[in-house]
Amino acid sequence: MADSLDQIFIHAKQWLLSMLNGRAPDWLVQTASSLLNIVVLLGVFLTLFALISVLERKILGRMQNRYGPNRVGPFGLFQPVADGIKMLIKEDIVPARADKIVHFLAPVLIAATAILSLGVIPYGRNMTPFVIDGGILFFFAVGSTTELAVFMAGWGSNNKFSMLGAMRAIAQMISYELPLIITVLPVVMIVASLNPDKIVDAQGNYSLGFVPHWFVFTPWGATAFVLFFVSGLVESNRTPFDVPEGESEIVAGHMTEYSGFKYATFFMAEYIGMFAISGLGITLFLGGWHAPVHFLEFIPSYAWFFVKLSILLFVYIWLRGTLPRTRVDQIMNFAWKFMLPMAFTCVIAAAVWHYTGRGLRGWLWSFVVIASVYTTLSILLDTRRKFAPRTYRFAE
Amino acid sequence: MTLSILLVVSAALFCIGLLAALSRRHAIFILIGIEMMLAAANLNFIAFWRFAPQPQPPTGVMVAIFAIAIAAAEAAVGLAMVIAVYRHFRTTNVDQLDQLKG
Amino acid sequence: MSTVAFAAIAILTLAAALAAATLQKLMHAALCFAVMFVGISAFFFLFGAEFVGLVQIFVYIGAVAVLIVFTILLTRHDVGKVRGFNWSGVVIAVAVFAGLVWAISKTKLVSAPSPRIEPVTVQRIGELLMTNYVWPLQCVGVLLTAALIGALILVMEDKS
Repeated sequence: MADSLDQIFIHAKQWLLSMLNGRAPDWLVQTASSLLNIVVLLGVFLTLFALISVLERKILGRMQNRYGPNRVGPFGLFQPVADGIKMLIKEDIVPARADKIVHFLAPVLIAATAILSLGVIPYGRNMTPFVIDGGILFFFAVGSTTELAVFMAGWGSNNKFSMLGAMRAIAQMISYELPLIITVLPVVMIVASLNPDKIVDAQGNYSLGFVPHWFVFTPWGATAFVLFFVSGLVESNRTPFDVPEGESEIVAGHMTEYSGFKYATFFMAEYIGMFAISGLGITLFLGGWHAPVHFLEFIPSYAWFFVKLSILLFVYIWLRGTLPRTRVDQIMNFAWKFMLPMAFTCVIAAAVWHYTGRGLRGWLWSFVVIASVYTTLSILLDTRRKFAPRTYRFAE
Repeated sequence: MTLSILLVVSAALFCIGLLAALSRRHAIFILIGIEMMLAAANLNFIAFWRFAPQPQPPTGVMVAIFAIAIAAAEAAVGLAMVIAVYRHFRTTNVDQLDQLKG
Repeated sequence: MSTVAFAAIAILTLAAALAAATLQKLMHAALCFAVMFVGISAFFFLFGAEFVGLVQIFVYIGAVAVLIVFTILLTRHDVGKVRGFNWSGVVIAVAVFAGLVWAISKTKLVSAPSPRIEPVTVQRIGELLMTNYVWPLQCVGVLLTAALIGALILVMEDKS
């Protein structure tokens, strides 16, 4: 019973495909299968995007001691419909001297790469839309195309603010791609595969019956998860790293000259990028679709995935409501001087964990490695100014 | 899809790269042409690996991976040189870089 | 089926390459260059070398294309002034193409495509990189470090 609830979508899809099994050539059945995957993926994630856009505003509002939008529909949950109608009926203004083709293709490309990267994440047992042997590499390859699309947006607008915003955005994204990828390296090393399904399978056991083997519960995994999460924040240009779209600084950065539906496309691409990175973080570190304790495994796997996704998205929104924006040179310093050495340390710590046996000794030794590098970096990178002791001079 | 057609396609790609490298005056276009030629050679390696009698050790794949890495390094240095030359001569037209002409 | 795919990818790649070689506007040429690499990656996927295709997208489109675009930005004092097309280059390229096609037609090649092979797994590539090809790997590492440092030094402005 629990198993059939778990696989309900797989059975539904197989039933649908069986209807044209005997009557269509083989390649048509495969194409139909892929198309069905794509349609369901788009449907689920676009609905989630709409929901998150209103939930974010409500949660931010509650954190700022006010209600969020609450007029349209029950508790304001139909706000995305209103937003969608507004975006669609806005006039689409293209600057006269902008490069029309590049200006048009940039939001298309950004949205396309964001949605493409959603295709390799395992959402449940047997529920990966496209199983690629180098799935993790596919995710990062597609994500690295985002930089070119951001540049196209900035350059195609023929606007100095857009250009500056695009260059800042690309500098930030390229700098943080390195820690993002190197923190994934320990996981890939330990599992010995780039296939997301195998990575989720490697986290499926429980020791002592109730402690799951998720990689986030190892010292290198915890550090790598924190670094991965922060890099994911930067890659999706979220506060506190939203310098590229800082409204008080450069209007809207590379999205300045976009209005109406194209702006909504940029917005959608940012949120879908957030979902994709969170999904990847869950796959790599938080055990994918596995349950945290053994006796809760009757809850379907996709439900666990969405619970974890919701928690991560809530942390994203929480950080947006709490932290101020960092300066762009602080962002770059942080990436190159702190995150990159810590990422390399995670790789070494994972190797130490593996070679001293994966038990308590491995845990302690890898913790020692990480803690020593962290304290060294904290001492070396201390930029607080040392003030002289205060002397008071009073009028005599 | 025979090997000959594939080799003709990669030869065409190589010659388009050669066209870009020989007939354009902008330094960056010449670099684009060189990258195209390298990519065409990579395509050749993979094509020969694919159409060789199986089972075949993936030597073509390994050479292609190394060639991609080396091409990226060469592109980086080449573009850095273009920027350095531009800073000095304020031009990217390679016809005007003839100081060493005897 | 795969012939159709092959023909489509070949047409896309060659068209993008021609556009990249002959367009006057530099930025459009750079973007067509990126499209051409997508086409070549598609070729690699078609031949079962998926890892190389992914590395190609990652390195070329994610890094080299962005480098080229940045360099175009940093070196334009006036847009579109560098015109000039040397027609003798076209003649040489066509001659080289004719020579290569003649050489290919004269070679006795295996003319039947091999049956569907299984793609090379990443694990196999990793094993090879660490056993047979470990010295080339280290050399490429040193080369990339040298290129990185060299490029940085070339571009740094002296603060004198």
